[in-house]
Amino acid sequence: MDAILLQLLNGLDKGSAYALIALGLTLIFGTLGVVNFAHGAIFMIGAFCAVTLSKIFSLSHLASEPSGTDFLGKPKYEDILYIKEWFGESAGAWMLDWSVPLSILFAIPVMIAIGFIMERGLIKHFYKRPHADQILVTFGLAIVLQEVIKYFYGANPIPTAAPEAFRGSFDFGVLLGFDPNAIIYPYWRLIYFAFSALIIGGVFAFLQFTTFGMVVRAGMADRETVGLLGINIDKRFTIMFGIAAAVAGLAGVMYAPINSPNYHMGMDFLVLSFVVVVVGGMGSLPGAVLAGFLLGILESFASMNEVKNILPGIDQIIIYVVAIIILLTRPRGLMGRKGVMEE
Amino acid sequence: MLGLNKKDLGVLLLVALLALAAPILLNPFPADSGMAQFNAGYPDLMQRFVIFGIFAIGYNILFGLTGYLSFGHAAFLGVGSYSAVWMMKLLSMNVIPAIVLSVIVAGLFSVVIGYVSLRRSGIYFSILTLAFAQMSFNLAYSVLTPITNGETGLQISLSDPRVLDGANAPSYPNLFGAQMNSAATLELGSWSFTFSVGYYLCAFLMLVAFYISIRIFRSPFGLMLRAVKSNQQRMNYTGLNTKPYTLAAFVISGMYAGLAGGLLASMDPLAGAERMQWTASGEVVLMTILGGAGTLLGPVLGAGFIKYFENIFSKINDNVLHGWFSFMPDGLEDFIVTIIHPFVGKGWHLTLGLLFMLVVIFLPGGLVEGGQRIGRMFRRKKSDPNTPDGETTPAE
Amino acid sequence: MNILEIKNVNKRFGGLQALGNVNLNVAENTVHAIIGPNGAGKSTLLNVLVGKLIPDTGSVMFDGQSVLGRKPYEINQMGISRVFQTPEIFDDLSVQENMLIPCFAKRDGAFAMNGYNSVGSQQDVMDKAEEMLVEMKLADKRHMHAASMSRGDKRRLEIAMCLAQDPRLLLLDEPTAGMARADTNNTIDLLKQIKEERDITIAIIEHDMHVVFSLAERITVLAQGTPLVEDTPDNIKGHPKVREAYLGESQVAA
Repeated sequence: MDAILLQLLNGLDKGSAYALIALGLTLIFGTLGVVNFAHGAIFMIGAFCAVTLSKIFSLSHLASEPSGTDFLGKPKYEDILYIKEWFGESAGAWMLDWSVPLSILFAIPVMIAIGFIMERGLIKHFYKRPHADQILVTFGLAIVLQEVIKYFYGANPIPTAAPEAFRGSFDFGVLLGFDPNAIIYPYWRLIYFAFSALIIGGVFAFLQFTTFGMVVRAGMADRETVGLLGINIDKRFTIMFGIAAAVAGLAGVMYAPINSPNYHMGMDFLVLSFVVVVVGGMGSLPGAVLAGFLLGILESFASMNEVKNILPGIDQIIIYVVAIIILLTRPRGLMGRKGVMEE
Repeated sequence: MLGLNKKDLGVLLLVALLALAAPILLNPFPADSGMAQFNAGYPDLMQRFVIFGIFAIGYNILFGLTGYLSFGHAAFLGVGSYSAVWMMKLLSMNVIPAIVLSVIVAGLFSVVIGYVSLRRSGIYFSILTLAFAQMSFNLAYSVLTPITNGETGLQISLSDPRVLDGANAPSYPNLFGAQMNSAATLELGSWSFTFSVGYYLCAFLMLVAFYISIRIFRSPFGLMLRAVKSNQQRMNYTGLNTKPYTLAAFVISGMYAGLAGGLLASMDPLAGAERMQWTASGEVVLMTILGGAGTLLGPVLGAGFIKYFENIFSKINDNVLHGWFSFMPDGLEDFIVTIIHPFVGKGWHLTLGLLFMLVVIFLPGGLVEGGQRIGRMFRRKKSDPNTPDGETTPAE
Repeated sequence: MNILEIKNVNKRFGGLQALGNVNLNVAENTVHAIIGPNGAGKSTLLNVLVGKLIPDTGSVMFDGQSVLGRKPYEINQMGISRVFQTPEIFDDLSVQENMLIPCFAKRDGAFAMNGYNSVGSQQDVMDKAEEMLVEMKLADKRHMHAASMSRGDKRRLEIAMCLAQDPRLLLLDEPTAGMARADTNNTIDLLKQIKEERDITIAIIEHDMHVVFSLAERITVLAQGTPLVEDTPDNIKGHPKVREAYLGESQVAA
């Protein structure tokens, strides 16, 4: 029982990441009708926003006055962090410690800008082109983005720490009456889950309760009709692309402490997120979220030793197997609408 | 001749001539000159040209003719490689059984994957093939380690049984004793040309593959595949069942990929899972598109182009760049080298990605179409004085 | 003798009764028109005939064999060809290639792995296609890209492709929709000529009464998914029920 609960929890953070990426993919697909293979790269760039900010905060210079002498008797100069100099000792230390959450503020404008540039500069020209062309050009873009990151940050994963306060783990078992240490769960993953829930809720509320969201939803359902009403749907769709980029970017920022960012994490997540979108149903936002969590949890159950003993290697392929079964039995996915991408 | 019309025969002979003379044609610079780094006439690279040529020719039968965009064809290449290495471990170092088995296994594999994936079309098909390829890749790395030897990759060793080989059989892949890595070198002044057994075996098979692809293109079957791309609805209402047509195209292209994989393993007897990764599948898509999807010559050109530039770009480092631009003033030289640096050496993939985008954006028809456009431009210039209204004769 | 017998066919979409107890017979070698206001179920009926939809109940017999549960390509191979409202042809292929495909389908069936011989070496099929191109006055456009033809020529090509299969029943779905008067008259003449020269049954769904009364020998009026009357054109013209059905439509439209 406790093992099952533990896997359920473990599945949540991966599921959250899948859900957030799949949500953005679906928004882009539903509004713009574009299949964006570069969406994983946006997630990756988000993670590198966190890396960048913590690097900026760690910038230092040597003190002008020696703080003592080293063992050879030469004067010793200490590294002084710029942020400590500018914001004071304690505030500076706090900022460095909290660099990942602070990256959110930094990442939002960056990601929205990247989204805008991508849509206006590239994707816009592909609305009328076949889906194959859209896939190919965004695939090329994904390679370019990941190689640019690799050029600047190297090929190795860069560990990025969560704030000191969240580095511990939370003993769930005790709370639920199990033995101590039966179910322990890192705080940061809890925060990641809560954060994802917040963003998902925010996106849905935005679409549900604002006029802007209403138009976008109508556009997703029937683009031509909304266009006929004289509403400038293209401008709104550009904004949606920015929002989708921000959602994926934030998912990446907060994921940095869970999994040290590397340049190919975008591609790794993208393939799975596509599978998530297809399982959830192309063009269905609730489907994307549901399938994201479902597959994340399934994956974590499949990696239990009890399961692996019966079906070796199942953890590696469970998501693909589920996707194939779903696509063959329910071609529209769990919550897909009729007529989306059907020939 | 050979059941081809004049034009196709011409193309085939041209490719055959180029393939035969490649060791000479691709080595235009003397071996000791500074330009020797641009030579491509050494066996290892030429083998890659023709092997990936085979891969792309096969992929083109699926993507170019039917329009089904598969993102999983590297899986068949990988399966072919594994089968070939196993054949060389168990049966014989002779490459014939290895190559035959790699084609058969890849064919069977593609029947299964194709049967499932082709139940959907469009983007769903792409994602399904992608999922299958990733699944194969993950399996090769994990559970199937006894077969694939996981991360290390599958290799041959002296202790392998090789039941068909006698005591004195060569310990390197060979064709009835002629080892794949054996070569004759011709020295002409400061030029040096290498003719290797492995390359000519690959080139021969590439020509066979190319010939078969021409026959398919010109056949009623090829016509049906183009009809699938054009209008499936009309096909159904014309009494034609599209499923077996697409499946046949899928399996044929899978077998081509298997052949390519088998040859890769025959030239260098090892097989690793990274050959199955989806970026590898993306590469064959790029080769086909860059050359010109749906054209005969396109995939061969695309494969050669990509593999050549991969090789050249990977070799260029900052020293080479400084050598090139040394005639410039120092500041400018450093500046230019800094600009180019990210795109060469280890940055080849960046160039590849950019190329991918540029081709899709500006030249969706690929090099062949680009060439035709240029050709038309010249022809029009020439014929302009005679036909003042610029009307050209109707296309044949 | 009836070539097509539709008995008690019902089809529901959710709460909507698209077809209610449809009984309809089409006699061999006649031109039978099915008319009716928008939403009368004409298209649904057509889609049942070609295998795109499966009815909830009832039977559809073509030449003594049931078509229900068969795939569109199987039904076509039985001898039913369909012309679409907007011409469905192979846009990316040449006119000649368009013409070859039904000829191959006729000779080789639903699937043939004929991947080694060149198209040009299949003399019988080449001849058949050429014959059709000449007959349908498309021979001079042989090498044209099908997409670049005029709409009228596309329609002509589509009909030619259907006829190349020697179908016993030709289904036409509003073949003159969206056409200019001149093109409409050309199409009417073409269909008349086809009827005269061949042993063929034509079932036509049409909105344009001019087309219907120029061609049809029998007319079935469909309203709200049910056949209202079936009679000769002359009797249909003055039929009160028909007027009511169409009048009803115009009132709704107003």
